Amino acid sequence: MLAVANGAVSVSLAAVFGALRGHGDPTAIAIVRDLRLPRVVLGALVGAGLGASGAALQGSLRNPLAEPYLLGVSGGAAVGAVVAFAVGVSSDALITLAAFAGGIAAVFLALAVSRVGGRSTRGDMRTLLIAGVIVGAFANAAIMVALARAEPNTVRGALWWMMGSAADATWERVAWLTATILLAGGALVYWAREIDVLSLGEDTAASLGVDSERSGRRVFLLAALLAAATVSAAGLIGFIGLVVPHIARRLGLRAHRPLIVAAALVGATLVVAADLAARTVAPPTELPLGAITALLGVPFFLVQLRRSV
Amino acid sequence: MIRVSDLVVSYDRARTNAVDGVSFAAPRGKLTALAGPNGSGKSSIVRALLRRADIIDGAVTIDDRDVRTLSYAELARIVAVVPQREEAAFPSRVREYVALGRYPHLGLWRAPAKDDDLAVDQALTQAGIGDLAERDTDALSGGEWQRVRIARALAQKTPALVLDEPTTFLDVAHEMAIFELLSSLARSGLAVLLVSHQLNLVARFADTIVLLDQGKVAISGSPADIMNAERLESIYRWPVVITRDPAIGAPALVPLRRPLNL
Repeated sequence: MLAVANGAVSVSLAAVFGALRGHGDPTAIAIVRDLRLPRVVLGALVGAGLGASGAALQGSLRNPLAEPYLLGVSGGAAVGAVVAFAVGVSSDALITLAAFAGGIAAVFLALAVSRVGGRSTRGDMRTLLIAGVIVGAFANAAIMVALARAEPNTVRGALWWMMGSAADATWERVAWLTATILLAGGALVYWAREIDVLSLGEDTAASLGVDSERSGRRVFLLAALLAAATVSAAGLIGFIGLVVPHIARRLGLRAHRPLIVAAALVGATLVVAADLAARTVAPPTELPLGAITALLGVPFFLVQLRRSV
Repeated sequence: MIRVSDLVVSYDRARTNAVDGVSFAAPRGKLTALAGPNGSGKSSIVRALLRRADIIDGAVTIDDRDVRTLSYAELARIVAVVPQREEAAFPSRVREYVALGRYPHLGLWRAPAKDDDLAVDQALTQAGIGDLAERDTDALSGGEWQRVRIARALAQKTPALVLDEPTTFLDVAHEMAIFELLSSLARSGLAVLLVSHQLNLVARFADTIVLLDQGKVAISGSPADIMNAERLESIYRWPVVITRDPAIGAPALVPLRRPLNL
């Protein structure tokens, strides 16, 4: 509610509640219903998706440094968006779709690259992680090449993706991001015990009846789906997927079912707070949300780290 | 009963078979030890049993069921394995960790039932770590950690138990305690298969020893049959003598010194 009330134009909390019920000043109603509220909800969804995705990936890859953007999703989505800009697409929905398609394509490319290793590396999740990093690096290079000879408008559009923003929130975007997050996030929560088992390593997972290759790939795809959906809705918002799972663990959670849910909640809170800061620190200029999440996330993480030692 | 029959295991790009026609059985109520030098094929047999290595020929069966015909979950309900390595990235609570042993028994919603809690309690008691239940796994000593891993395998409530080098990094007291635990588990009716290169300890605890060399069974039988200086010298390629432990009379292997003249 605080996040809805504050912005370049402040609306009192009473007016916010009034506007939600359809009373009061028409300008306030428009600001609250069409601008602020979808933006806050979108921010929360993006944070939840990234947090849950990061928690699932860190567990299944057994790597505290794993995060959704390491999978090549972000690079792929940016390539999708830039290509859409470059060919002159201006429809918001189509660009979102292109970014989503790019992100998913990058994930499948990463899966294909990880298979090049052949059967000797079969089921090795580390290979998958390296493949994601390689695909991401390749995508970044492709973007640079594309931007080097692009028009200023394309460059600006691409930069928007790389900095991340919840500013272009619309109810349609919120609706389809909600659907994706409920679906993929729900599936991750359902398979959370399998992630517990995967986090013990491949031999132990096998001895507990889990085919680490198959279920690891499943977690990877679901996490990538979450990340691609958030990137296509709000661009690249760094740090959330990496740090939020650690914060959730500092809260004392170990098993992945509560951990993924908690990471979603913490992620939502952090992104909404960061977006509020992005809008209110230097109005009417908006700061890039991706930068704010990192600026907020680092000290928050350090405080948590200190407290636990 | 774990039965390995004419098993051949081979890896990609390897010139020789890692396991080359090995047969033996580990019956219920007995502690069977799989011993041999490094690279003799011990761990490959465990991997084949878990279906993590390709079985080229022969078979591994557990209670007469071929492991290749079972799903991973079915397999995990009849044999529990404590692998040599485990790289958990994040700590968990001991009780929650042991409860993962119930994973293959969980229903559609993967929610633990009363039976599962009971099995976890029993496993903690059997492994003698009831007092560790609320600790974090990264706050355990090496000996405690191995007991916790064995408890996880016991929580699976399988008729067969396989352990790959469970005492590698443990001191004498913890090592003995683990071997006593395994011995009592075997006497309670489990088929226990222990992979270990510590021949002297194995000779004191195991009912049967299967000694592997270069992927084949070099010799198998009771500890007294195995502890033969000539055979062991040719398997380990190092001069040894067999003595009798003065306190308990068990045969013991003593490798001799062979100083380098540089």
